[in-house]
Amino acid sequence: MATFKDFRNSVKPNWCPGCGDFSVQAAIQRAAANVGIEPNELAVVSGIGCSGRISGYINSYGFHGIHGRALPIAQGLKMANRDLNVIASGGDGDGFAIGMGHTIHAIRRNIDITYVVMDNQIYGLTKGQTSPRSAAGFITKSTPGGAIEPSLKPLEVALTSGATFVAQGFSTDIKELTAIIEAGIKHKGFSFINVFSPCVTYNKVNTYDWFKENLTKLADIEGYDNSDRGMAMRTVMENEGLVTGIIYQDTETTSYQEKVPGYSELPLTDIDIKMSENEFNDLVKEFM
Amino acid sequence: MLHQLSWKVGGQQGEGIESTGEIFSMAMNRLGYFLYGYRHFSSRIKGGHTNNKITVRPTEVRSIADDLDILVAFDQETIDVNYKELTENGIILADAKFEPVKPEDSKAPLFAVPFTEVAAELGTTLMKNMVAIGATAALLNLENTVFQNVVDEIFGRKGEAVVEKNMEAIARGREMMTELIGDRAGEWELAPADGKRRMFMIGNDAIAMGALAAGVRFMAAYPITPASEIMEYLIKKLPKFGGAVIQTEDEIAAATMAIGANFGGVRSFTASAGPGLSLMMEAIGLSGMTEQPLVVIDTQRGGPSTGLPTKQEQSDLMAMLYGTHGEIPKVVIAPSTMEEAFFDTIQAFNIAEELQLPVILITDLQLSLGKQTVEAFDYSKIDIRRGKIVMEDIEEAADKAYFKRFENTEDGVSPRVLPGQLNGIHHVTGVEHDETGKPSEATGNRRTQMDKRFRKLAALKFDTPVYKNTPHEEADVLLVGFNSTRGALEEVQERLNEQGVKVNHAHMRLIHPFPSAEMAPLVASAKKVIVVENNFTGQLANIMKMNIGGHDKIETITKYDGTPFLPGELENKVKELLS
Repeated sequence: MATFKDFRNSVKPNWCPGCGDFSVQAAIQRAAANVGIEPNELAVVSGIGCSGRISGYINSYGFHGIHGRALPIAQGLKMANRDLNVIASGGDGDGFAIGMGHTIHAIRRNIDITYVVMDNQIYGLTKGQTSPRSAAGFITKSTPGGAIEPSLKPLEVALTSGATFVAQGFSTDIKELTAIIEAGIKHKGFSFINVFSPCVTYNKVNTYDWFKENLTKLADIEGYDNSDRGMAMRTVMENEGLVTGIIYQDTETTSYQEKVPGYSELPLTDIDIKMSENEFNDLVKEFM
Repeated sequence: MLHQLSWKVGGQQGEGIESTGEIFSMAMNRLGYFLYGYRHFSSRIKGGHTNNKITVRPTEVRSIADDLDILVAFDQETIDVNYKELTENGIILADAKFEPVKPEDSKAPLFAVPFTEVAAELGTTLMKNMVAIGATAALLNLENTVFQNVVDEIFGRKGEAVVEKNMEAIARGREMMTELIGDRAGEWELAPADGKRRMFMIGNDAIAMGALAAGVRFMAAYPITPASEIMEYLIKKLPKFGGAVIQTEDEIAAATMAIGANFGGVRSFTASAGPGLSLMMEAIGLSGMTEQPLVVIDTQRGGPSTGLPTKQEQSDLMAMLYGTHGEIPKVVIAPSTMEEAFFDTIQAFNIAEELQLPVILITDLQLSLGKQTVEAFDYSKIDIRRGKIVMEDIEEAADKAYFKRFENTEDGVSPRVLPGQLNGIHHVTGVEHDETGKPSEATGNRRTQMDKRFRKLAALKFDTPVYKNTPHEEADVLLVGFNSTRGALEEVQERLNEQGVKVNHAHMRLIHPFPSAEMAPLVASAKKVIVVENNFTGQLANIMKMNIGGHDKIETITKYDGTPFLPGELENKVKELLS
């Protein structure tokens, strides 16, 4: 059985020293090993941005796509081969700005993939512009007078979009994050995981220390029931989104693939694609 | 007896004009006639003038008739908009209900027939269409029984009584018309057809069926006119073959989802029209750069922007050839008949996998939605080729080195491993990359990979890149077109040849890479070349000039008013250019 080391490759990440993304990568590798899959059974699909490079840093099949489109690529891949474990990943710009439409629709569609967002509240690769996750007032190169727009609330969006799995982690807490991703991979539906992954170069506000001070672990909230969407929503709102843990999970959910009429139980890649002459003639006759 | 009948039914959108045309056409098709349909419609659900013009012949037909023999009108607008097409031997059958008025200069007589009234007597005004079909049957001397099996099929599930009522409506329409028209009954009788059963379909049906036959098991698409029928067909059929269609949130998702599924190893595609294609351009570049197969269907309609969403145009050509930033190898195919639409869709999937690149198959609204008769497709001609997919076991590499998915091979095509396979792990990226898919900006690597990607085009295998009807070694004129202008050009060629003009005809089926070896000699052996296109700027003519020159003899006939070329108008324009 594969260990997390088997999910490592020889590529040296080009992230800045101290970047939160290193720990996210490690957590994905550990979670994959814990779930018991082999590297060739995993595909990581990523977007564009610093975090988008992750697909090349994990020893698995990888697809580094275009900005904002990791989710449709990942969903198409899963539809093609339902036996494959598919993890989509990218930054907050990728998932909540240019790709927000896909994020909401992937959530409602509920295809059985795992989506890990590395949320650093800033555009790093383009060298420091505001992100939809930047707080109002946040000063960046593109918002020299402070961001005017309020920050987007991904957890609320996910919960109201009908998400069947919503979680949030913090890159420093690899143990909790690994457990979350593991649960996400096992979840039979779309798992939405937002991870606070600090940018040490361009975000001097939302730092490691800032998160440590402000985050609340759901595990520490007495009586928290993550099968209760209403409680999840209230708790997220009361804590201004600054919670970690599995926020909501519908363990009874049926994934998209299970609902598609006639959808093959075998991966589509394993089906013989040439139709028989009889099947063909039936199609022809319908037009006569 | 007529050797061609041109029949049109018109009225307000949403009042059954479509089904009147459909029932008449199906019955004629089953008698063995060849049909070519043209729908005029607007971008709204109900209301607005719509009409369906059907050209019927006992022999092959691939274009809209210049004129009209019978006009069936359910409102005055239908008469006012269309009466000028009627010949001296034409006739207008109008519903008496709206008190139709014959335009003063109409050459054709008008008969007010109580379609609605009779239908109401039979129980429902919905059947006015069937009364009109009955009236048509009187003019064509068609037995009522000709419609029996079509009516059975369409209304059968509503019960025997409904079928009988509809047949009665046809009978009543026929009786009434026979009485009204007197000795002229049967004057529009067509020369008999061979009775052979053939397919009657729209281009989108042929494409969708081609995709299914090619082994497509996944489609991602966003609804748009005039492409939606492709997706709707597959939504109906794919469940029987284990596959699925996802209606995506937009065309960007559609194209990238199809790329993801192709990466997974399933033949998948998307279909759209101009606005959707504009959104897909970045994804098409991704397919080119990551060398993932992708088939995209572009059913051209009037552009730019929302343009003329329900009208004919061929103005996406340049965008399909050169759209997407940067440079990628790409193949652009343009079928011009139902049969080509079917087999070229299969070719598109083969090429996309063999060369690992995007293939765009373009049609135009008239080809996509015009209903035509076609001989049943030949199963034995379906050929599926999947290229260099690695099926055998792969040896474990040292130090977890990636599989060389972008190996710099002689023909430029690299072995392709599908995710899931043991020891085949690799990375694909839209960033420039080395042979293993790792990002690389090294100048030497860049040259190697660019050269490799473009080298693939030399290995392109395409069956019949140009349809040619070139009887003259030295032609007075070579007519060139693509997509649905085929029938009109064939007709003009035939007419002018009879008049002693030496006309050759080439219809381009493969547009990019440009089949210079096929086209250059045809241009060289013609005194003049006329490129016929439904666009403003003469895009195909410019593409020809770019590839094979001929600036001094290539001229264009363009039309960009949203309607297809009619053979007669084209004949006149060609003559003007030749004089």
